[in-house]
Amino acid sequence: MTEPLLSVRDLVVEFPTRRGTLRALDKVSFDIAPGEVLGMVGESGAGKSISGSAIIGLIEPPGRIAGGEIWLKGERIDNLPPERMRRIRGRRIGMVFQDPLTSLNPLYTVAEQITETIRTHLDVGQREARERAIALLDRVGIPAARRRIDDYPHHFSGGMRQRVVIALALCAEPELVIADEPTTALDVSVQAQIIDVLKEICAERGASVMLITHDMGVIAETADRVAVLYAGRIAEIGPVRDVIRNAEHPYTVGLMGSIPTLVQTADRLTQIPGSMPRLNAIPEGCAFNPRCPKVFGRCRVERPEPVTRGPGREVACWLYARGQAEPSGEEEARRG
Amino acid sequence: MADSASLARHAPGTDASLVRVEGLSRDFEVSKPWLNRVIERQPRTWLSAVSDVSFEIRRGETFGLVGESGSGKSTIAKLIVGLLEPSAGRILFDGQEMGGTDGRAMRRLRRRFQMIFQDPFASLNPRWHVEEIIAEPIRTFGLARGAERRREVARLLDTVGLSPTDAAKFPHEFSGGQRQRIAIARALASRPEFIVCDEPTSALDVSVQAQILNLMRDLQDEFGLTYLLISHDLSVVRHMANRIGVLYLGRLAEVADGKRLFSEPRHPYSQMLLDAVPDLAMSGRRRKPVEGEIPNPIDPPPGCAFHPRCPHANDRCRREIPQPRRVGNGEVACFGVEEGRI
Repeated sequence: MTEPLLSVRDLVVEFPTRRGTLRALDKVSFDIAPGEVLGMVGESGAGKSISGSAIIGLIEPPGRIAGGEIWLKGERIDNLPPERMRRIRGRRIGMVFQDPLTSLNPLYTVAEQITETIRTHLDVGQREARERAIALLDRVGIPAARRRIDDYPHHFSGGMRQRVVIALALCAEPELVIADEPTTALDVSVQAQIIDVLKEICAERGASVMLITHDMGVIAETADRVAVLYAGRIAEIGPVRDVIRNAEHPYTVGLMGSIPTLVQTADRLTQIPGSMPRLNAIPEGCAFNPRCPKVFGRCRVERPEPVTRGPGREVACWLYARGQAEPSGEEEARRG
Repeated sequence: MADSASLARHAPGTDASLVRVEGLSRDFEVSKPWLNRVIERQPRTWLSAVSDVSFEIRRGETFGLVGESGSGKSTIAKLIVGLLEPSAGRILFDGQEMGGTDGRAMRRLRRRFQMIFQDPFASLNPRWHVEEIIAEPIRTFGLARGAERRREVARLLDTVGLSPTDAAKFPHEFSGGQRQRIAIARALASRPEFIVCDEPTSALDVSVQAQILNLMRDLQDEFGLTYLLISHDLSVVRHMANRIGVLYLGRLAEVADGKRLFSEPRHPYSQMLLDAVPDLAMSGRRRKPVEGEIPNPIDPPPGCAFHPRCPHANDRCRREIPQPRRVGNGEVACFGVEEGRI
């Protein structure tokens, strides 16, 4: 494999509170290869968004990175002074957030916002910046871009606004785009359009994408690899096809079974009992053990380390640890 | 209690439909303030959230309503439970017209349907104990009192998979999924026959959503409930509903049996909507790109509201509003289907 564009190693993010320190991310490690789309899925509170914020150095104080390292193309970026980090944000890492209304400034026209970003990060003149902005808006599918560029954000519909945000994220030609729930605020018919635009334009420019979403369907259609987060830890990571069709971690298995699909015939959905623990009450050992149908002694005391299960595929579960007896036939059948 | 239980089961007439909606419309005024209208010489403006919608919900079935934002789903839910007054049309519950003048008859009717809202963080009073929240409908309709009422609350908590000891807690002590269970327990407290569920799982994570959907099914089997399920999530509706209505800009585009809608959608909008759902099965199907966005409901296009996005639109579609026509088991409001062009 080539050198990863982004490499996150044992990242720990903590939030000190009056009642003790909460660990929002607990030793999370993953890589993103150049041009790759990595999906991050998980339920609310699993740490998806925090991992995005940590990479761009925008964790809300008093939250802080308490351990681990983040490397962008061989350069360590988690301990940079704010001024240096500011130059990386926007220039080398672009961002798309859930709500396009809050990520655009309502007081400036789209033209002002995009040309400002281009000129902050790239050495081009006003005229050139404007031409680039128009070309980019046209590329993300804004009709009559040359005319509409001087409109304010509120002149655009939700879907069009999210296109503007994508243009804004890509205007300084970043190497990595972090998209945090980019389609969650949009209707299904518009969601599909936005996902297509994001995917195509990043592929064209060779930008990698970290796609954070709770929607497995969006991941299935967009990502190359996917990381499944649970209670601030990565349960399973691997190529999308493998993880979706042949999930190995009992949490992923439960998660996939609980999603109603358009083709299924089952009367009941698989359900995982209980809910994800709060950050102040993460159980000993494997965080999933109280809800796991295959829990055994070791799971309750020792936290499982990620085990390599194939190319680019890791599962953090004692079932797959070396020296551990393979799951019995009965369990295999249940899993299938 | 025995009384009210038998009341819940009795069914005047043998009509299969429990709820019948006829020509339902609701407009909202969105005019500028009076002074602006006078100065700028502008007329009052109205938004038709729901126009001329008719459907029926049969006893014991789950009727799903799907649509994107602004399609009028939630307005229909509120109209049916009486939180909004219709501008035109009527709603019949078990043959009796809703919103009639007879207050006592209306009150008796009111006990028989309930609603579950989307956001379990907003729909439960944070200052009340769970006990009071669930007991409120029991008290309001005078179904039980004292120790019997407490026993009933405990039984309801048990029914929705919570512990009877949870009655003494406050809503903030529960997770989103548990709160939605409390909301369901409260809805069941008056022993209704019909429950309107407005996006009941949209605020929940998928694994919790599965628990709630399974619970709703179990309760339906146990108590013979009829559901109106409103959701923007097609897979949820597909999983739950027997029949489905597809709304677009306040009008019903298509009503069909659940399975049929997904295997052979007839209305071009239904086809587009289904095509847009991300494919979890990874069958590698190539989606048709979806064209355009939902128009502004204050200024909807003339004729069929879908025509600017429809690949089959012709002159008639741009001029006339199509009425729902019977097609097979369902109804489709489309000139293309009517004329055999699609």
